[in-house]
Amino acid sequence: MRLKRMTQNQTQTTPQSNKVSSYLTLIVFVVMALSIAALFIAVDTYFLGDQVAAGVLAAIGVIAMVMSVFLLYQSRQAVAHAKIEIPKVMTNVGCVKNCDSKTSREFQRGDYVFKELDANCEKCGGKQMIVSIYKEVKEKEKTYNV
Amino acid sequence: MKESGATKVSLIPGTDSITQVLSLVMYVFFIGFIFYGQRIQMYIMIREVENSLHKLRHIKEEGKKTAIDVIKELGKPTTDPSSRIDRYLEYFTIAPQSMDPAGIVAKLDHILDTRDERLKEEVKLMAPELQNDEVQINNLENTLEAAMALNFIYKVVRHYYIQGKKTLSLYVIMQLQMILPMVMKEAEAYASALKAFAYGQPIGDGAGPLVAGKLMHGYETRKLAKDCVMASVPIEGRTAIIIKAEGPGGNVGKPGDAVEAAIEENKGKIACLIMIDAGLKLEGEAVGEVAEGIGAAIGGPGVDAFKIEEKLTKYKIRNYAIIIKQDIGDAVSPMRKEINDSIDKAIEQVKLMIRERTKEGDKVIIVGVGNSIGVGQ
Repeated sequence: MRLKRMTQNQTQTTPQSNKVSSYLTLIVFVVMALSIAALFIAVDTYFLGDQVAAGVLAAIGVIAMVMSVFLLYQSRQAVAHAKIEIPKVMTNVGCVKNCDSKTSREFQRGDYVFKELDANCEKCGGKQMIVSIYKEVKEKEKTYNV
Repeated sequence: MKESGATKVSLIPGTDSITQVLSLVMYVFFIGFIFYGQRIQMYIMIREVENSLHKLRHIKEEGKKTAIDVIKELGKPTTDPSSRIDRYLEYFTIAPQSMDPAGIVAKLDHILDTRDERLKEEVKLMAPELQNDEVQINNLENTLEAAMALNFIYKVVRHYYIQGKKTLSLYVIMQLQMILPMVMKEAEAYASALKAFAYGQPIGDGAGPLVAGKLMHGYETRKLAKDCVMASVPIEGRTAIIIKAEGPGGNVGKPGDAVEAAIEENKGKIACLIMIDAGLKLEGEAVGEVAEGIGAAIGGPGVDAFKIEEKLTKYKIRNYAIIIKQDIGDAVSPMRKEINDSIDKAIEQVKLMIRERTKEGDKVIIVGVGNSIGVGQ
């Protein structure tokens, strides 16, 4: 069964088509063609002796080329990677007698807070209970200094 | 030879043909943007919406698959539950007519009860193995409701996307594109909730029941209203009637009915009612922040809040509220550590309230509002 194979810390990737909008592709290719033309003119201008104009045209050509390739790559990436992040959920087990013994393990189906467990406390032999279940979110939230 | 003195004026600047061609292209782009700028902007927006729609469809399909897998694994159905689940995902509820609003709360309450019963019956039919396992039935119902929410979000976004494309209306697309980040956040939260419900993990909304659970743990409990439990607990020399939805199954209970019953059982002799719930935080506020206030801290369609307010007004009982702040994503996904850590702070706040606002020997009601999934008592 699919669910049995799932771990608690799983990321799934979209198995969908990499279809990119034809409009976007058209715009990217027009910009690419113009950038190539700009590069050719830059070479032409350089041999004619106008080095400043050649430099400007070359810079425009290179920037346009890089941007169009990046845009095309980005649009394909965005479609290909739609992910659902499943965070790791931890179960904390403590002693009912409050002997300060605490253990932590990955969540298992059937766990719930205040569930008394069959296994006894290794420290004092008392009953064990699930005291908390939570996920830890690692990424730091962006602060805006306001 | 004498020069004429007249200069040749060209519409297209440049001396060589390549520069002229480039200039012409620039003119074409410039004029094109004047006339079609808005349309190009719209296509870019449509593209953004389309990407999000693909992602929403994926999330929705995953949600449905998860629901089917859980039902197959736990419920052991004899036939394929897919078609039944498809039908379940399309269920709708019609709100009662409000032209004459008198008595609308009872009507809404009845409709919500009918809906809940109907959906539970459906889950029992899908999962015959779990006929008597209320915990799993509740969890499955919650899982399917999350899948239902994802299906609805996808369909609404798709509706406006197609409408925008059909009419080529910038304003339809623009409105959709503007709210899309919030819609996506909600959809991702439901996707996360789906897994939490399928596994029976506590969620952020369970902060209230967790506070109540910690206060009542170790004391005798009894059923008070539908899906609600209560325990009588001595706190700071007062008697506290602690109420929460019955766990560990996914369940919010009927706190309105439970509070009504507790007040009537004590003939209105209650010093105060303290409600603890998860509250939506504003951007910039910390997750798990505990805040205190006045009023019925309970969400939903308003039926429970109405019942509680009616009873409190009748007996002139003061109503205090404590909220544990979190955003919508945190509320429906597995409980964050920050929220879990704030439970003890909320309990301290409850005790402080009791000490400062009631006298020894008084009776108080404490309600932990929220979904009890993964939280026992």
